[in-house]
Amino acid sequence: MNGSIAAFAISVAQLAVLLAVAPGLTGIIKRAKAWLQGRHGPPILQPYFDLAKLLRKDAVVSEHSSLITRAAPPVYAAAMLSAATIIPAIWVPAPLGGLGDALAVVGLLTLARFSLALAGLDGGSAFGGMGSSRDVAVAALAEPVVLLAIFAVAWRTGTTDVSGSASWLADHPSDTLAPSQPLAPAPMLIAIIAETGRAPAENPDTHLELTMIHEGMLLEYAGRPLGVLVWASQLKQLVLFSVAIALFAPFGMARAPSDLPVALVAFGAKLVMLGLVMALVESSNAKLRILRVPELLGAACALAMLALVTEVFVG
Amino acid sequence: MSVQGPLPDLILSWRADGLSVYFAVVILAVSAVTFVYSVGHRAHQQSFSGSAVLFVVFAASMLGVVFAGDAFSFLLAWETMSLTSFALVLTDHRRPGVRESAWLYLVMTHTATACVVVAFLLLARASGSLEFAAWASAAGSLDQISASSVFLLALVGFGTKAGLIPLHVWLPRAHPIAPAHVSALMSGVMIKLGVYGLIRLVFEWLAPGPLWWGGLVLALGAVSAVLGVLYALMEHDLKRLLAYHSIENIGIIVMGVGTALSARALGADAVVAVGLAAALFHVANHATFKALLFMGAGAVDAATGTRDLEQLGGLARRMPYTAAFFLVGSAAISGLPPLNGFASEWLTIQSFLSLGRVASPAVAQLVPLFAGGALALTAALALACFVKAFGVGFLALPRSPRASSAHEAGPLELGAMAALALACVAVGLGAGPVVAAIGALVPAAAVGSIAEAPGASASLSSSVSSGQVSLPALAGMLLALGLAAATLPRILGPVRTRASETWACGVALHPIHQYTSTAFAKPIRLMFRDIVRPVRDVEVIRRSGTRFVASVRYSAHIAPVYERYVYDAFTSRLVQAAQLIRRAQNGSLQTYLAYVFVALLVGLVLAR
Repeated sequence: MNGSIAAFAISVAQLAVLLAVAPGLTGIIKRAKAWLQGRHGPPILQPYFDLAKLLRKDAVVSEHSSLITRAAPPVYAAAMLSAATIIPAIWVPAPLGGLGDALAVVGLLTLARFSLALAGLDGGSAFGGMGSSRDVAVAALAEPVVLLAIFAVAWRTGTTDVSGSASWLADHPSDTLAPSQPLAPAPMLIAIIAETGRAPAENPDTHLELTMIHEGMLLEYAGRPLGVLVWASQLKQLVLFSVAIALFAPFGMARAPSDLPVALVAFGAKLVMLGLVMALVESSNAKLRILRVPELLGAACALAMLALVTEVFVG
Repeated sequence: MSVQGPLPDLILSWRADGLSVYFAVVILAVSAVTFVYSVGHRAHQQSFSGSAVLFVVFAASMLGVVFAGDAFSFLLAWETMSLTSFALVLTDHRRPGVRESAWLYLVMTHTATACVVVAFLLLARASGSLEFAAWASAAGSLDQISASSVFLLALVGFGTKAGLIPLHVWLPRAHPIAPAHVSALMSGVMIKLGVYGLIRLVFEWLAPGPLWWGGLVLALGAVSAVLGVLYALMEHDLKRLLAYHSIENIGIIVMGVGTALSARALGADAVVAVGLAAALFHVANHATFKALLFMGAGAVDAATGTRDLEQLGGLARRMPYTAAFFLVGSAAISGLPPLNGFASEWLTIQSFLSLGRVASPAVAQLVPLFAGGALALTAALALACFVKAFGVGFLALPRSPRASSAHEAGPLELGAMAALALACVAVGLGAGPVVAAIGALVPAAAVGSIAEAPGASASLSSSVSSGQVSLPALAGMLLALGLAAATLPRILGPVRTRASETWACGVALHPIHQYTSTAFAKPIRLMFRDIVRPVRDVEVIRRSGTRFVASVRYSAHIAPVYERYVYDAFTSRLVQAAQLIRRAQNGSLQTYLAYVFVALLVGLVLAR
């Protein structure tokens, strides 16, 4: 009984930490991008101010919309919050990790995408439809890449369970030097770029309707529901980063309460590093035309397959 | 049980084992719900009284197929099933195009039956009996070449019935023209009997074969899954779209069968179990959500008189219950947790990983791993397709007067859809016990570890590759966190929600501003243009003598690749051969007398 209370407490604590950190990560990436582009940029805490404002504002919904528009923000948020609860971020193994493995996390991301893509079509605006259409098309190419990368790790660690995989790698650190290991994270990162709507797959800063994907689907939202969606998509980015960390660099995660300070610092450092990589990639690449995104994701898919081939033949 | 047949020495025997009971449960459950639906749907069907009898015979013949105990009873039931379904497809035979499509179905299903008959004859010769029990005990007696011939014939025969690409061409033509309840039963259940036949024949009547059998089945499944969903995305006729999704889902099922078959060749019984369990589980799941979706499409058709997505829209407000049930079906077929489609696709992916672990040589390990990529692509494209089908068909503004005057379906139709929607949720939440039940019925599909997994009754887990998911817990968590996300922001104070017009860049929003089904699929159409071969005709008509455009006609379709390159090539050869024979058939009496005379001479010489 005590064990399950502790497990529940750890999971809730992790969820709270991730939820609190998510806007900050976006702030850091924005600031780093501004710095790389020679701008001053908004303060790192700006996403928090934005959320605080949005969550207090009145909402406007389209008069043509159905229940989908109202249901999408909670569904999207629920999927992301659930994912954030079952993955190992700071504590390994995640106490509720048995609820779902890496495939379930992918399933939750899909559920979130389904709800938001439908909401994009619900208002009847062409921009929303455009965003939905492009989002599902890009995701269709990103999903095989994610799965193959998961397979590459599962092949080595013997499990599709994120926590199990992270524990295994933490116990066998020399395995991260195997030839196949540097190959698998690259496609995963490219897939994350596409999933989080970053350049070169998409431009997250744009407000020009014709170039946006994720923002296009949010176009009909305002006020509090928009705040929920923005926060949840920041959480989505953090979940994806955490999954990548757990699958490819799970070092320094806490297994006992005494490890917690180190684990928190290690997690923060890894997140900031990943964020800086994202900022660097975004600042040094122009956005691809939508029809050239398949080339990027095709390359990622080839890399993931190469990782599997290396894994099977070389080790 | 056996029955004396119409001829002496001809005994029709019937028997039941776990596999037949499992399929019978699926057949009976879906038929019962579909029948309730069809009673409610009868107002829209002129020739209902005749088709009700046929419908019952159709369902009974499917039961006959799974309970047949010898080759003769099987073929009798199989043919009754094909012919009654052909007659049911012809229900609206006065509509243009219906007879041609039904004819194509008849020809293809009989070609398939011919292949099955030859496979059965080979098996009967090897065992000296028509009894299935005798075939099972003589499983090892076929030599390698005969066994492979039987396997390939069965693959073509049962694969045509199941709708595997490239044997699928009848499916997207026959299913949409049938009445909704017939499509529901054909797509939901009948095509699965091809899978039943394949499983029965390969796993029971043939000894473990070479590895390429499994590899071929796995590859065919992957091709059917990916291409099926791509073609579905190109459709904007709701029922044709669903028919292509049946091809996709049969592909997923067959991938599971292929995994089990490969594992059988490698002697890995645990992996056979996971693959077979995944395939059988997806059989039931696809039957549930596909019947539900076809019923929804039928309700839309009845309410609006069209199945063209470009003419629909706004139905979520006009037929809210139908929309809700269609949404559940869409979510289930897109593999969203915690519904049933996710559960069986999860198990299928686990089976690939398990097969990869036991396969040898190393090249063979890669095949199931890449198949996982194909399944992920399929699932993501299916999601895109159902966002399109639901989003364009049910959301936003109606695109035609017919859609704006739509009305909700009747209580029986809604009841039937509600039952299936509930089943999608219940089977998803009870995935663990359901898979355990499949294992109890079909011992070869008994996934050992389900009982050992923590939280045994609830979670799905796979021992071979170790990973688990607990859908009831996940569902509870989603519900709790969704409620939290909807209510917790209220602590920040109350906000008002105001309804207002959708911004359309300063003009009043018109239905034609909305994204169409064709436009929605455009990125995917262009990304996969080398595979789907889209054809686009734009015709601009100008006013005579001016540069002003009077009208623009736009039409887009995809090239009929299989008809053109596979079937036309075959039929044109056939016609050429017939032309040769025709030279002898010149219609002149003297020539025929000469033939008779020559035949007589030859006969005399031979008989001498």
